[in-house]
Parts: sequence; C-alpha cells; structure tokens
Amino acid sequence: MSATFFILAAVTLIGACAAMMLRGLVHCALALAVAFAGLGTLYLNLGAQFLGLAQLLVYVGAIAVLIVFVILLTRGGDSDSPALSPTALPIAGVLVATAIFAILAWAIFHTVAIHSPGLPAPQATIRQLGTSLMEGYVLPLEVIGLMLTAALIGAVIVAMKEKQDPR
Amino acid sequence: MLGMGIVKGLVETARNFLGSFTDKDRLVTVQFPEERLPVAEAARNFPFLIYDGVDPEQGLRCVACQICEKECPPRCITIEKSKDKKPDFVGKQQFYPAVFDIDVSVCMSCQICVEVCPFDAIRMDNEFELSTDDRFGGLLWTKEKLALPNEHYMAIHPTEAAEVEARRAEEKAQAEAKKQQPAVTK
Amino acid sequence: MPDQMFVLLKHWILGYSPAVIQPAVSILLTIIPILLVFPVLFALTTVLERKGLGRIQNRYGPNRVGFYGILQPMADALKSLTKEDIVPASADHTVHFLAPLVLLAVAFLPYAVLPIGRNMIAANLDAGVLFFFAIGAISELSVFMAGWSSRNKYSLLGAMRAVAQMISYEVPLLLSSIAVIMAAGSLSTVEIVEKQAGFSGIFPHWYVLTPWGFAGFVLFMIAATAETNRSPFDLPEGESEIIAGYYIEYSGFKFALFFLGEYLGMFAISGLGITLFLGGWSAPLPFLTWIPSWIWFFAKLVGLIIGFIWVRGTLPRLRMDQLMNFAWKFMLPMALVVVVSAGAWRFLPQGLTRWLVSTAFIAVAYTLLARGVETRNKIAKRTYRFAE
Repeated sequence: MSATFFILAAVTLIGACAAMMLRGLVHCALALAVAFAGLGTLYLNLGAQFLGLAQLLVYVGAIAVLIVFVILLTRGGDSDSPALSPTALPIAGVLVATAIFAILAWAIFHTVAIHSPGLPAPQATIRQLGTSLMEGYVLPLEVIGLMLTAALIGAVIVAMKEKQDPR
Repeated sequence: MLGMGIVKGLVETARNFLGSFTDKDRLVTVQFPEERLPVAEAARNFPFLIYDGVDPEQGLRCVACQICEKECPPRCITIEKSKDKKPDFVGKQQFYPAVFDIDVSVCMSCQICVEVCPFDAIRMDNEFELSTDDRFGGLLWTKEKLALPNEHYMAIHPTEAAEVEARRAEEKAQAEAKKQQPAVTK
Repeated sequence: MPDQMFVLLKHWILGYSPAVIQPAVSILLTIIPILLVFPVLFALTTVLERKGLGRIQNRYGPNRVGFYGILQPMADALKSLTKEDIVPASADHTVHFLAPLVLLAVAFLPYAVLPIGRNMIAANLDAGVLFFFAIGAISELSVFMAGWSSRNKYSLLGAMRAVAQMISYEVPLLLSSIAVIMAAGSLSTVEIVEKQAGFSGIFPHWYVLTPWGFAGFVLFMIAATAETNRSPFDLPEGESEIIAGYYIEYSGFKFALFFLGEYLGMFAISGLGITLFLGGWSAPLPFLTWIPSWIWFFAKLVGLIIGFIWVRGTLPRLRMDQLMNFAWKFMLPMALVVVVSAGAWRFLPQGLTRWLVSTAFIAVAYTLLARGVETRNKIAKRTYRFAE
C-alpha cells in the first residue's frame, strides 16, 4: 500500500465517479477512459506488465474510442443529457452502493488468500501465456476468434442493411 | 506492377532535388530584393512629367491643358493653371501648371493620360516600389516629385523615346523654318 | 569509449551526488536528454523539411532568418508564442485545453523504450514493444478530444476521419511487428536489437535484409506514415480541403504543440521501425563498428525522416475511401502473409530453401493483391438515384 498505489487508485476512482456524475455524455466517456487508464497503471504497479499494457492498448485505445464513436454516431453529441434531476433518489443509490461495497469487502476479507502468508507471485511471463494459449487453451481461443468474426460480419450486415433501406 | 508509379515519382523528385543544386532550370526562384527579373520595355506603373534640359520649372513640357485631368477614369490628377506664361520648345508662349498632383493610391495605371496628352508631357514610369509609411500625404505626389528629365524617359522606353524625339525635332525644324519665312515674304 | 560516453557521464554525475537523491538524479539524467534532444530535432526537421520540399519543388526554402534559414524555428516559435490564443465561445473549454496537453504527454512516453545506443535506454521493459503500441493507441483519444471540443462540424469530421485512419492502420503496423517479435522471440526492444547486432560475413543480421523483413519494413513504414497523419495520408489535416481538420480552432502556441506532438510521434515510430527492422544502434558493416552506436541510431533516424520528406514531396493526398480500401484490402492481407512468411523463415533450416519459400509467399500474395487493387480502380458505371 505505497504512495503510488494511493495516487493511482485515487485517479481511477475520480475517473469512475466523474463518469457517473458529469453532464455531457462525451465528458463521461472521456472520464471512463481515465478510469480505464488508471486500472491499467494499477496492473503495472502490481508487476503484471502484459496485462497492464494490454488493458491500456485494448480498453483505452480501442474500447474508449469505440464508445465515443458510438456516442457521436447515434446521438450527435451536441445534446447534453440533463443531469439527474434533484428529485431523483441519490440517497437510495448511495445506500445500495454502500451495501454492495460492504458485502464485497466482507467476502474478500474472509477469503483464504488474505490470511495465508504471501506466496511468491507466479511469474506469468508472456512466453508462458503464449504457450498455454496455443497448447492448453487452443480450443477456447479458436471459438472466441470465430465468435468475434461472427460479430464483425453481423455488424457489417446490419450497417449495410440500413443503408439500403431507404431505397 | 503496383508500386512502379510511386517509384518513378520518387526518382523524378530526387532528380529535381539534386538538380536544384547544379542546374539553373531546376531552381527558378529570383531572390527578390537582391536579384530582379528584367523589366519589359513597355512595362508601366505610374506616370511622371517630362522636362527638357536641366531646369524642372523652365523645361516642363506640360502646358496645363487639363485634358489628362478630365480623361483620367478615377480622377486622380489635380491641375491648377498658372497665371503667367512661359515659352515651350518651339518658342510659343504657353501656360504651365502651378499645381499638378497625382494620388498614387488612386491611380490605376491605365495610361489614358499618356494617350490623350497632345504635348508628350506625361509618360509612364516603371518604378513599382512606391510604398511609404507616411500616411498623411506620402502618397499624393506633387509637381516636384513627378518631374523627371527626358534622359530618364529615353533610358526606360528607348523605342518610344526615339519616335517622340524624331517628331519633336521635326516640329522644331518646321517652327524654325516658319520663323525665318515671314522675314522673307514680308 | 565514445560509444559509452553518455552512460559513463551519467555514472560519474551519480557518483558525485549524495545517496539520498540518487534515484531522483538518475531519473532526471535519463529523462532530460530525451526532453532536450527530440524537440531540437523537431525544430531542425521543420526547417529542413521546408527547405527540402522547396528544392523538390524548384524553389528555395526559407533562407532569410539565419545562416541559410537555420534559425527559422526561432521565428516560428516566437510567432506562435505571441499569437492571440483564440478559443471559440461555444467550445468546451476544459477539453479544448486538455487535448494538446494529453497529446504532448502521450507523444513523449514512447521514447522510454527506444534503445538509442548500447546500454542507452530509459526503461528496459520486458514488454517494450507492447508499451509502445499501447501509448500510441492512447494518442487517438487526444485527436478525438481536439476535434470534438471545438464544436465545429469540420473539425469533428476531421477528427473522426483521423481516428478511423489511425485505427485502420494500427492493424498492419501491429502485424508487421509481430513478424519481428516472432523472429526475435521477445517483446523487449533491447533484446530485439541485440539479436540483430551480429554479422555473418559482411552482412548484418538486420531483419530488413530478409524477404519477410523487407516486406514487413515497407508495410511498417506505410502504416507509420498513416498513423502520424503524414502526407500522403494527411486527409484529416487536409490543408487544402478542410483547412486544418481537427485543429482548426487552435491558434498560437496550442497549434505549435499539436505540431510538436505530431512530429514527435513521427520520430518515435521511426525509432521503433529502426529498432525492429534496421538493427537499432548496430552498424551496417563489420568494419564500421568503431563509429559510436548512438550516431548510427540518429543517422538511421535522419535517413527515415528524409524518406518521409521525400514521400511528402512526391505523392498526392489519398482520398478517404482509397485510404481505407488500401488498409483493409491490401495491407492487412499482405501483413498476414508476412507473418506466415516469417514463420516459414524461422522453422526452415538455413540455406537457399528458406529464402525461396519466404520470397515465394510474399511475391505471390503481392501480385494477387496488386491485381485486386488495380481492378477496383476502374471507374464504375454511374448510377442515378431519383427522388421517389
């Protein structure tokens, strides 16, 4: 629990809260990107190089960009959604969030892992990740690849159909 | 094959780049204040008044007939006739302009004043670097600034000047002949 | 000795500093040269590019300011600092302000994993190449922020085009580097350079001298030109079409920061290309190894910059659909074939066989794809759509 951990955690939490509370939709998406980047740096802080960099590459580089594209292509981005009106129930939201946090904290503190002496973390190098993907888990890998291809083709078909509809 | 066009283009630009250091044709810039392009003979920019001889007041050809003032399309010329007369190149007594102003910012270099002048008094100069930072009169040129010697005219437009000189010499000879004739007939 | 000059200098200064502040001094001594050298290189590149383009176009470049115009960047810096900073009234002020800052921060980060000389790298990460690509992907967000925050249709259009272009060309970029990673067996930039630092006879072990390496290098450089929005892929900047694309509404110093960010990105990605394909800091011929390693790196970097300038002066700008077609229908299949060819190279025994097999893969794919590109260029019959 060093100073870097606190700073990075603060950045992540501020990004996540801002993503909920800001008014403009694109602002929320950018704050979400900050939260993702914070998570990536937290992984790097724990020493998981591949995971942290993959988080940055995929989440911030691709998914955040995808989210802003979707916002712009569907809503126009100009119309700011009205913030939660004061008559909404923020108190209920806070209570629910606190309850979930308490349950998760109780669950985590009662796991075996926290109470056992710290084992040396297994060094999952990229080479090991690669070999296990290609040898042990090759079937799930191929299935995921097929699923992604199907999603891509489906998206293209849906987009094409919309272009031909007015005809 | 795909990509050949790009390679040919790159070769051509490389040839341009390397040739610009050695070949005159591949570097056509004229570095303006230090080098200048040669000016064509008929180039014109702003009019000037011609005077013969050495005295700009006495030798001024303009007789203040005000034709150029009337014909100028943007009306940039202002002329005031003098009260007395002085002799011109054939000896006849003529008025002269007491005030002759041309506004540089209004003149559009159309050369109409030159075309209508019956006395070959106003011609076009080809000097174009006329800008000044004097906002209050720097661009209103008076008779003193506009008067330039005939030698200047002969230097910048040689062919026209030769033709004008020939015509004036002929008129002078005719005037001389007429001056001597009455002594004979009477 | 001059090869390790800077490393020894750093150790000497560290030896003289008290033990308490040694980590901080070490970090500063590593970072400050990067922060000084590359912006100076940027300034020199702006003036050399303008002079180079001028000579290509039969004219002088800027030659009034210093000795042959070399102080032109000073004049440019002075101009951009003293220009009025105009922000449109309806622009989103926070995001508008943050966009150039994010771009600049993200532009400096990739230099940490480039080995500039032997033992001269800022951060020897085990996943250096992955770090580079992750940071490059973040820079797309800043482009989008710049375009969107100006509340200007044209700037938004430029931003969307820029992001689409950057995403499309990231795939061939990554795939061609995967071929190198496969051949080197590691993601660390230091190891990749060290694998290329040997000689067999007179030829260095650079990956660009293999068939898949050559094709991969060409693909990498084309994708790099597109990633940094450089001509002929500069439609998002489109100086003659949508004026400045996503940075229309920026004036003065922020514009200069965008320029700096773009050029720094160009240097970084050239640096990565040098590391992956051209052997990093290693010399090309065995009898030239007495020249210090960092001089080789910068010489190769200058060579690639000259290549960028040359291509900019030669090729016209690509239209958006031509650009996207090229990325997805030519470069992506070609990059996959390069990966396969690199795999064949790795697993076949040394000798003529693997040269022939690798070259065959690439040549066949190239001719087939080239034929595909050329047939699509034929102008289609004009169709009319009338209002019903």
